[in-house]
Amino acid sequence: MTTNVETVIAPVEPQRSRSLAALTWRRLFKQRNAVVGMIILAFLTLVAVFAPWIAPYDPVQSLLGVETLKEREAPCIHLLGCPEDKPEHLMGIDANYRDVYSRIIYGTRVSLFIGFSTIGMAVVVGAVIGALSGYAGGWVDNLIMRLMDVVLAFPSFLLAIAIITVIGRGLQNALYAIAIVNIPVFARLVRASVLSIKEQEFVSASRALGANWLRLLFVRIFPNALPTLVVQATLSIAAAILEAAALSFLGLGAQPPTPEWGTMLGSERNQVFTAPHLVFFPGLAIMITVLAFNLLGDGVRDAMDPRLAQVAKK
Amino acid sequence: MSKYILRRILLTIPVILGILVVTFVIARAIPGDPCRSALGERATEAACNAFNARMGLDKPMIVQLGIYMREILLHGNFGDSIRYSRPVSQMIIERLPVTLELGFSALFIAVLVGVPMGVISAVRRNSAVDVATMVGANIGVSMPVYWLGLMLAYVFAILLKDTPFWLAPTGRLTAGIIPASFYNVWGLGLTRGTSLYMVADFLSNFVFFNALITGQWSVLVDAFRHMILPAIALSTIPLAIIARITRSSMLDVLGREYVRAARAKGVAENLVILKHALRNALLPVVTVIGIQVGTLFAGAVLTETTFGLSGVGRALFDAITGRDYPIIQGFTVVVALGYVIVNMVVDISYAYIDPRIRLK
Repeated sequence: MTTNVETVIAPVEPQRSRSLAALTWRRLFKQRNAVVGMIILAFLTLVAVFAPWIAPYDPVQSLLGVETLKEREAPCIHLLGCPEDKPEHLMGIDANYRDVYSRIIYGTRVSLFIGFSTIGMAVVVGAVIGALSGYAGGWVDNLIMRLMDVVLAFPSFLLAIAIITVIGRGLQNALYAIAIVNIPVFARLVRASVLSIKEQEFVSASRALGANWLRLLFVRIFPNALPTLVVQATLSIAAAILEAAALSFLGLGAQPPTPEWGTMLGSERNQVFTAPHLVFFPGLAIMITVLAFNLLGDGVRDAMDPRLAQVAKK
Repeated sequence: MSKYILRRILLTIPVILGILVVTFVIARAIPGDPCRSALGERATEAACNAFNARMGLDKPMIVQLGIYMREILLHGNFGDSIRYSRPVSQMIIERLPVTLELGFSALFIAVLVGVPMGVISAVRRNSAVDVATMVGANIGVSMPVYWLGLMLAYVFAILLKDTPFWLAPTGRLTAGIIPASFYNVWGLGLTRGTSLYMVADFLSNFVFFNALITGQWSVLVDAFRHMILPAIALSTIPLAIIARITRSSMLDVLGREYVRAARAKGVAENLVILKHALRNALLPVVTVIGIQVGTLFAGAVLTETTFGLSGVGRALFDAITGRDYPIIQGFTVVVALGYVIVNMVVDISYAYIDPRIRLK
């Protein structure tokens, strides 16, 4: 591949025996992308956990009658010249006289939950389907994989819309829809690993020693499929958050008054010309969260694949 | 190679049949009564029975599926829209061009900007340009397109109002501008309802194409001013991905022996980059561009909603929420077919690039 000095010298470096996980972990901290991603995520997690202490107002309760406010009032920041006698609203006020900043803070909880729960479901179901398919082989495998092909033949976002129309609107159903459209990706990944591993000698040896298929699958085969799963899952979380926000934007996901960023954006989208702050901040929050997962996903991938890491570093 | 292509085409047939069945099932599984959705909540039982009989909704499910498959496969007939009482095929003729124009404009921007950006950041690795491009690319793939669309609309329609940079935030043409179809301009005298007329009608709905070949320059400029913002919004994600792939592929190629050989024999640096490196680096880029076509389609739903364009994505969304089965079926089939075709072309181009795949 390349002939630069680093690659020639690298293998000569004395190496203590380390597990793949430990090596990956070490390399992860050398990836600038991954570190930035982790910092943002750590920050978002803290915000989500401590939301009630950070947010100055209730995310759902209207401030009408509590303070003298105008509907969709622009942000009031004391540092930027907003009169000191007015209460501070960093990101302004929405159509229902609520503090947008508090809603954005609480929205972090919703978005992180969406990302982890949807992809969590997809990974578990997809892994089971893929493992069974790859392990069973034959017509079972064929049937399952063709079914996955059909699911993959639809643009995932449109399929998610269709599923929601069948099972009904709302955040919970949006989560199921996104989980379902993500299943085939993980099923395929796990199936591929199972196929490549199941004929290897250590698996045959294990089988010869009398291990049953469940043990083979979970103890011998799964751990080997894990690295690719982790990378795909991290990147899929980013996509899932983006998709969930888009569904809510269209009015199919989280319903008001849930402080969900996509919903906040969608319900005020016609006000973009008169009250741009109502659109600007939720979108920015979505972007930063998705960015963090994308950076981390890229970092994990590079850390697990040293060859790719070399290319990326160049 | 031809054997591989043939096999790949044959493989799509079960997928297409599967799509037809799944579309049918999904459309039927959507809860709610199409009759009451079309005639209103208070339609009488008798009116609904008549309606169901007229639409064939009173027949057993399996018979409906049979009729549906026969009509599509043999006659290209997708039925009539329940809410608009118009042939679905006519609506596809009107709306598919909008989405295709939007998608191709976005892809055009993505390639035109993304490839040079990737090349420059690979050649000037670790320079400020490179870092900026890669940071930009990371932000680009994380962008909610509808948000970018709304922000662009705000900047260009409100902040830049009364300047030459003003751009329209909604619609495809300014209200009142009705472009003349090329078949009328040229006096082709096609009769309505014939398949030739339908093809001509379909082509004339490509506003850019129609205005270009008939020389309606004011329409062309107006269409351009409407299309540019949605196209930019839709292009961000593919652009970022293309820039990233071009960069890493270029870096890989620039380290190869033949590039060193070209430099050693004294080929000018620009020529090395453009002719020796880029041509080889473009292969994976082409594949990625193919894959992005599919994602563009999904993004079109959001972009069309944000910018008030009546394309396929928007129509499909409205039909799903309004339970208009024939439209859902027809448009989903069109979208999924496009997806399948693009995937097939991508697979075939893979095989063309990497002969090992053909032999599997």
